[in-house]
Amino acid sequence: MKYGYYPGCSLERNARAYHQSAMAVTKPLGIEFKVVDDWNCCGATEYIAINRLAAYALVARNLALATKQADNGHQLVAPCSACFLNLSKAEYYLSNSPDLAADVNLALEAGGLHYTPGHLRVRHLLDIIVNDVGHDAIAEKITNPLKGLRVAAYYGCLIVRPAYQGVFDDPEYPITLDKLMKTLGAEVVDFPLKANCCGGHMTQISEPVAFDMIHRIIKNAADYQADIIVTVCPMCQLNLDAYQDAMNKFFKTDYHVPILYFTQLIGLAFGMAAKDLGIGKEFVDARPALAKIGIEVPEEEAPKKKKPSKEALPMPSMPEEG
Amino acid sequence: MTATAAQARAPTFFDEVVQATPGGPIHLELCLQCGTCGGSCPSGPDMDHTPRALFAMISAGMREKVLSSNTPWYCVSCYYCMVRCPQEIHITDLMYTLKRMAIKEGFYRKSSAAGAPGFSQTFIDYVENYGRSFELGLATRYHLSHHPLDTVKMATFGLGMFRRGRVDLAPKRIKRVDELKAILAKAKEIGGEE
Repeated sequence: MKYGYYPGCSLERNARAYHQSAMAVTKPLGIEFKVVDDWNCCGATEYIAINRLAAYALVARNLALATKQADNGHQLVAPCSACFLNLSKAEYYLSNSPDLAADVNLALEAGGLHYTPGHLRVRHLLDIIVNDVGHDAIAEKITNPLKGLRVAAYYGCLIVRPAYQGVFDDPEYPITLDKLMKTLGAEVVDFPLKANCCGGHMTQISEPVAFDMIHRIIKNAADYQADIIVTVCPMCQLNLDAYQDAMNKFFKTDYHVPILYFTQLIGLAFGMAAKDLGIGKEFVDARPALAKIGIEVPEEEAPKKKKPSKEALPMPSMPEEG
Repeated sequence: MTATAAQARAPTFFDEVVQATPGGPIHLELCLQCGTCGGSCPSGPDMDHTPRALFAMISAGMREKVLSSNTPWYCVSCYYCMVRCPQEIHITDLMYTLKRMAIKEGFYRKSSAAGAPGFSQTFIDYVENYGRSFELGLATRYHLSHHPLDTVKMATFGLGMFRRGRVDLAPKRIKRVDELKAILAKAKEIGGEE
């Protein structure tokens, strides 16, 4: 199975663990990715707030570059929910609005590119693993079923809503990830807030609003005695993991719910070593939960070689005027 | 109303909002005022106005009040309202339209989310100049200019990310950044500021 692949900015940095584990598990599943050459940022939720046409042109450059790839089956896969949304939304609006498509192509021509609407189908990594590879092929590779691990399957928003390029799961109560976790041998807990929002960029706009949204999700998973929350998106992982401590301080609570990527759990069930799946980069330590099912994560993985100081974080220079 | 009569009157605020929202019919005129949007919104309780109220205000031509509301900025793009709206109004896209209009007309400064456009602008500055986003630069530049008192807290957070190997100290630049810049410049030339 060959696909175009759009990693997205987060997978280069804060979600390297997602990238590492996605690469580790897709290979044995027979998935072949061709990374879009010289891809650029999708604009997240920010560019469209500033300039409409430029935001669509920004995304369309990636679509145009992906169509240049031979042999990708006209399918483009994104592991990040926000990238998935932006790519599929742009494709949908370009296909349904000839005026927008004409303007966007005029802009693309300035860079020698063109995109023919309807050429690509944009899909999320979870969709192809579950629906193209399938549960049977996944089950064949399992050597270490995750028996005894109580998992809350968290979808967040954008992989199920608003489904610009076709619905692959229910927008209110999806079950795809639940089923996948069951295939891996885990015990899936009921999780009513499984498709609620993690807060997106609200940590930067209003902390009380963001913490409230994070709190709801963490509390809900903890109320159902989940050992971990499994996620499909770098933004959800970052909000629920890196801000969990600050959220605890804000609400005077003491939650410790580790947040892992679904690809990391697939890898563990395939018998891969935790360190090869990027496990150990979380803020909320996943080791106690994994120890419960006999998975040891070597202690020495925490990189402490460099002595961090405030000087280690230089102010980046202002970008020169474009 | 005949086409000629429709063209003869000056565009209302409602018309402008609809016009600036992409993707064909957005169905705003069909709003029933049922409130499903506000009831579905995870940040609704913190908004100055629920989406439902905002849509009534748009119809009433309350331009300044709408564009200085924190509502569009507190929209987290979760799309619950959009999939639940019985009239299939493109609510999330409307929120983006209102953000752009609020920036263009300067009314965002009156909202309780006045820092939000700065965050968006800082984010896209990196994208326009490097082709990729840059988390560390975004956080430091945005916080130093908008929340200088939070810098120590941010530095602590940044160190946590750094220790886990989750930040880069320098932005990544795509190979053909000039090609991207030419495309974005052309888009702004055709589409204007919004």
